Amino acid sequence: MTSLLPDLAELALGRVRDVVRAPHPVLSTACAEVDPTLPETVTLAADLLATMAVSPGCVGLAANQIGVPARVFCLDVSAHPKTRTHHGRFVLVNPVLVEATRKERAREGCMSVPDLTGDVRRPSRVVVTGCVPGTGEQVTVTTDAFEARAIQHEIDHLDGLLFVDRVVDAHALHQRQTYL
Amino acid sequence: MGTSFAITVVGHDRPGIIAEVTGALADLGGNLEDSSMTLLRGHFAWTLVVTGTDPVVTQERLRPLQDSGLWTTVIPLPESDAAPRSGVSYVLSVHGGDRPGIVAKLTEVVAAAGGNIVDLTTRLAGDLYVLVAEVALPVGADVALLERQISAAATSVGVGATLRPEDTDLL
Repeated sequence: MTSLLPDLAELALGRVRDVVRAPHPVLSTACAEVDPTLPETVTLAADLLATMAVSPGCVGLAANQIGVPARVFCLDVSAHPKTRTHHGRFVLVNPVLVEATRKERAREGCMSVPDLTGDVRRPSRVVVTGCVPGTGEQVTVTTDAFEARAIQHEIDHLDGLLFVDRVVDAHALHQRQTYL
Repeated sequence: MGTSFAITVVGHDRPGIIAEVTGALADLGGNLEDSSMTLLRGHFAWTLVVTGTDPVVTQERLRPLQDSGLWTTVIPLPESDAAPRSGVSYVLSVHGGDRPGIVAKLTEVVAAAGGNIVDLTTRLAGDLYVLVAEVALPVGADVALLERQISAAATSVGVGATLRPEDTDLL
């Protein structure tokens, strides 16, 4: 598999940022498209990767989760047991969901909503387009299962939506268990 | 914040109950925290946790709901009863022919294993009885043993039961 993440030294120099929590308004903000080739976009991508790397259990992070209302997210589901197809660790700029089929229900949690979980139905097969930070190369990601769910969760963030906006019914919102 | 108390509202269902109760609470400066409402065999049933107002005044304010067939109780809650929820989530599903003792038999087994039921719905539909419970099992619980005990308990009351993990995808 060819890596979606370009081989840029700058992407390894990210700063760990604070993850913002609901009800912070930036999480309810539809994020703006950005130029994937700008240095600040590469810096943002690097910061997302650095923050994801130090956050236990984190498999994806949208830019507005670190307070930046830009259409950029990072993802890495490669080590998750529910993953089938995956594309390793990558960042997508200006992602667009172009195809989505076969809805499945699962319980989701989110670093920005740490005390709650919710049952959400999402397509399990998706095609997403977007740009790679730095080079700006346009890519198409075709994936399924857990990676499909995670990508849609992140794109929802970029649209100003949280999983609580998609909970399937009034009794599908739960308090999160702590694993002591 | 301030002292928490629980309100229950149970009775004849009609449109507007929630707007009326929350309107009354808002007038009193009350703050609605967690709540859960459903219809139980067509009857309105709502439990709320509220802070920021006086329980006695609140009870008086809600008493007129009796005129439309709704009964309310207001119960003070202990100062800090918010023990952190811990454990591993499982969902217990039970279904079969209705008879007395199904819930008692199954939940007795869960309790004996240290399982804490944190969400529960039971429905009677014709002769069919259905129970769905979310159970927090202690970390390290012998799940295989519990499954066998649940299966035996279910058989003894003529129903089927399954226990499955409910894992959360942290995204």
